[in-house]
Amino acid sequence: MKLYLKIWRQSDAASEGKLVDYELDNVIPHMSFLEMMDTLNEQLILKGDRPVEFDHDCREGICGQCGMMINGQAHGPIANLTTCQLHMREFKDGDTIYVEPFRAVAFPIKRDLRVDRSAFDRIIMAGGFVSVNTGQAPEANGIPITHEQAESAFDSAACIGCGACVATCKNSSAALFTSAKISHLAKLPQGKMESRKRVLSMVKQMDDENFGHCSNTEACEVECPQQISVLNIARMNWEYSLSSVLKK
Amino acid sequence: MELNAKIPPGPLKDKWSFYKDHAKLVNPANRKKMDIIVVGTGLAGSAAAASLAEMGYNVKSFCFQDSARRAHSVAAQGGVNAAKNYKNDGDSIYRMFYDTIKGGDFRSREANVYRLAECSAQLIDQAVAQGVPFGREYGGYLNNRSFGGVQVSRTFYARGQTGQQLLLGSYQALMRQVAAKTIKLYTRHEMLDLVVIDGKARGIVVRNLDTGEIERHSAHAVILATGGFGKIYYLSTLAMGCNASAIWRAHKKGALMACPSWTQVHPTSLPQSGDYQSKLTLMSESLRNDGRIWVPLKPSENRKPNDIPETERDYYLERRYPAFGNLAPRDISSRAAKERIDAGFGVGPQRNAVYLDFSKAIKEQGKGRIKEKYGNLFDMYRKITATDAYVEPMMISPAAHFSMGGLWIDYELMTTIPGLFALGEANFADHGANRLGANSLLQACVDGYFIAPYTISNYLAGEIKSERLPTDHQAFVDAEVQVRAHLGKLLAINGNKTADYYHKTLGKLLYDYCGLSRSKEGLIHAIAEIKKLREDFYNDLKVPGGEDEMNGELEKAGRIGDYLEVADLMCQDALTREESCGAHFREEYQTPEGEALRNDEKFCFVSAWKWQGEGQEELLIPEPLQFENVELAVRSYK
Amino acid sequence: MDNKNGASTLMRKTLMALTGLFLCFFLVIHLLGNLQLLLPAEQAKQSFNGYSQLLSGNIFIKIISYVLYASIIIHCLDALVITLKNNKTAGKYVVDNRGKASKWYSRNMGILGTLILIFLVFHFKDFWYQYKFGSLPKDENGHKDLYAIVIAAYQDWWYVLFYVLSMFALGYHLLHGFYSAARSLGLYHPKYVSWVRVFGTGYSYIITIGFAIIPVYIYLTQHVLWN
Repeated sequence: MKLYLKIWRQSDAASEGKLVDYELDNVIPHMSFLEMMDTLNEQLILKGDRPVEFDHDCREGICGQCGMMINGQAHGPIANLTTCQLHMREFKDGDTIYVEPFRAVAFPIKRDLRVDRSAFDRIIMAGGFVSVNTGQAPEANGIPITHEQAESAFDSAACIGCGACVATCKNSSAALFTSAKISHLAKLPQGKMESRKRVLSMVKQMDDENFGHCSNTEACEVECPQQISVLNIARMNWEYSLSSVLKK
Repeated sequence: MELNAKIPPGPLKDKWSFYKDHAKLVNPANRKKMDIIVVGTGLAGSAAAASLAEMGYNVKSFCFQDSARRAHSVAAQGGVNAAKNYKNDGDSIYRMFYDTIKGGDFRSREANVYRLAECSAQLIDQAVAQGVPFGREYGGYLNNRSFGGVQVSRTFYARGQTGQQLLLGSYQALMRQVAAKTIKLYTRHEMLDLVVIDGKARGIVVRNLDTGEIERHSAHAVILATGGFGKIYYLSTLAMGCNASAIWRAHKKGALMACPSWTQVHPTSLPQSGDYQSKLTLMSESLRNDGRIWVPLKPSENRKPNDIPETERDYYLERRYPAFGNLAPRDISSRAAKERIDAGFGVGPQRNAVYLDFSKAIKEQGKGRIKEKYGNLFDMYRKITATDAYVEPMMISPAAHFSMGGLWIDYELMTTIPGLFALGEANFADHGANRLGANSLLQACVDGYFIAPYTISNYLAGEIKSERLPTDHQAFVDAEVQVRAHLGKLLAINGNKTADYYHKTLGKLLYDYCGLSRSKEGLIHAIAEIKKLREDFYNDLKVPGGEDEMNGELEKAGRIGDYLEVADLMCQDALTREESCGAHFREEYQTPEGEALRNDEKFCFVSAWKWQGEGQEELLIPEPLQFENVELAVRSYK
Repeated sequence: MDNKNGASTLMRKTLMALTGLFLCFFLVIHLLGNLQLLLPAEQAKQSFNGYSQLLSGNIFIKIISYVLYASIIIHCLDALVITLKNNKTAGKYVVDNRGKASKWYSRNMGILGTLILIFLVFHFKDFWYQYKFGSLPKDENGHKDLYAIVIAAYQDWWYVLFYVLSMFALGYHLLHGFYSAARSLGLYHPKYVSWVRVFGTGYSYIITIGFAIIPVYIYLTQHVLWN
């Protein structure tokens, strides 16, 4: 099939970007979206042009590195999918596809479709861990954790940090990302101990990184490749209020 | 040159205790003055960086991804082994050790493997303490599943995302230390050279992938935890960025490479669907717990799988290996699949796959239970293939997966360059000629959390008098000049072919001649072809853009340039090993039934290779393997 | 970059939720009072005027009313702060189809809220101001005849329409707001969350229909059918 692509090109954070038109023939429906981009890049290189820079690595939906706004939707038209898992069979011959980077003030564009998501790392740094050093761990079966509890903690912990929640949020809120980690650790006895301090400091970091407010539109859950539940956000809110009130 | 693995004295089960009891220590005040570079933030790298930083060392951590959490350990699905014997099914450290030695076809070091099994239980404790949500039974205790190549259930898992959960644990430990300012983290930085001063590893030269800037970093010890290089086959289960560059450049600075040709080909990956394809997605081996593998009895079968009656199906693993059936080890399963596919029984549009069928398990256990165990894998399968595996069997096919080979290391995980350590998949050590499922996460974690902290301290105890090196030292200047010259060279070729073209061509060559089965003739042919391809690469490569900017193509070109050299050594390695063992299957050496035929008399050694300079043949230095506790046996899973 | 004023995004949302829920509570009381207007005309007049008198004299109600004024003001100002900050943090796309992933009214609470605010200006002017500061005739019981004002107000169809439309804006605002408030306050148990969703939806329907039906009823009974 033939596609008309309109791809965001921007050489660095400081410069202006714009959508540039490309035409691509012989796109095969079995191709993944990124393989389609590879094909385009191959052509650009051979023509002597600079290929489109985009983030990607594992190409199996788990590293969270790929992320594009495709036709104005995070990771493209299919819900709960990463860009690397999106296949061209979802598009039709002759389609025009707009490709933009994930946009948020907290995610400055590095080049073309690559953005800087280090804000997420700093949110984790602020408290998204259990303070246990190597060697301190007690016997693993020492504290029983029910099946349901472990599964529920896993559901929160499954976040891949792709940033689709921020990209799709009208306010660029990082509530889903931040709350997923807060909930994951609060649901387990190992993480529970530090949960009060953790929630205050992670939320502060989230705000300092210039993410917006959560309007509870729930778009983030719809676009999240791991289907992280918005109830994590509720849990964060609860933990936060409790911790703020009980803070000494 | 004699290789000394520095195995501690004493009985097998006391060796590691003996080492720990006698290893030299660095006092806390001195640790603050010592810098350690860790390249790679996967399980081995982040675990080592966090653990060393917790001890008080200054750590600099590097990764090429945009976040430490994205290293490819994240993609490991099935689980992590540990000899906890929670299932009361007869597991023990010794049994795990034996399974791993046997799984590796008796081509690994006894002492290393024993230590791996010994530290396994501790890792589960560590991970649980970090908040890794392992699967649990209803009573609240940890659950296990079984994995290929063993008869006990010792695999701990977090659904089908065990690697991700373990990595998040170590990543969070890493970030905790970054916050504590004991680690300085450099994301989007790629190591381009190792700096060796007075025979010791003293630093690295890196390129900032966002700006193109070349930076020098000095330290008292350098740890490479850069993972495997299975991506050399182009189509593999690895991430696009996985590469051999860091270990290869260390190799060129004097570190020996061991058994680089031993690549595990994973039996349950999704088949290739076309030339445009960039990777093969892995489906966890745990699926083989409940899935049955089969091909039609009739060659070139055109009926849909569900239309083929039971009597016309060949469950070839159950037929050939009744004792282990669908849970036969990876090398054996992959080879058996290849045998059927090559004989014309392959299925799918390209006839390059076999079926993995869950209908029996769904009938017996119910769809709900299967969904709970493998739901995310079935979802992933549907996302990629648009097929519902609850209704129709999956189609799977073998794909390059794990590098058993890597930098040669001694018992202390130190390479032949003092002060240079290799951890995790980047080293050669514990898996021999074939890795058992769920042992890779284990090895990476154990290396990083529990071994490196002791052995690196032992090394650094001898370095407390050495001062911090300024990076304007001549060795750094020279290394940077060399790195810049190489980048300049790649950019200057300005030919007509992209880096991906060379990568794909090389990958195909390796799959054909140095993949699941190898032959003398094929390997000699491949060596000649790789040489030609390499010449063409330096004549006709096209890399757009410049050196001082973000340039994804330049990164690729550098990695592929190294791959072309690694590939040559892989073929040499496979050619000189005139036996079949584990993943290394030489067509000339097989039993009448087509099983691998080992030659313990002549090849019971690790092939360590020494770089002799550009254009020179590498020198083979064998490290003989001594088996004092196990008897070398024919590896049978029948 | 730094959040210098101390209030976090979560605190601002909590404040929205608390004030919003108080206003939700007030709406119930307000509706219950207003439903008296649906009684037969003479009875409605007696009852409604008496009720109005009762409210204006009670000290407890007085306190509540100050809380109400404060809630409205805080709810508006907090919304303004939140919206301004969100505009600063939000990414802007050339082609934007993000709307497919969420309900339109959940994304447009600001606009719905503004419509409600405009409505409130008229509402206060026409009734609250009249009652408090206007010179109202007394009814036979000596109560201020608010009922007459109400009946008079709904004599024009466009005014009725304005009211009804405003109630729909309120309805959609509540449909998201009630549930969203529970979320912001931290209700995370899946069972109760679904209860609240059902309750919130029912509540929003009742409030909307209840308030919208009064002007229509009065317009039809007092101005169309009888005249």
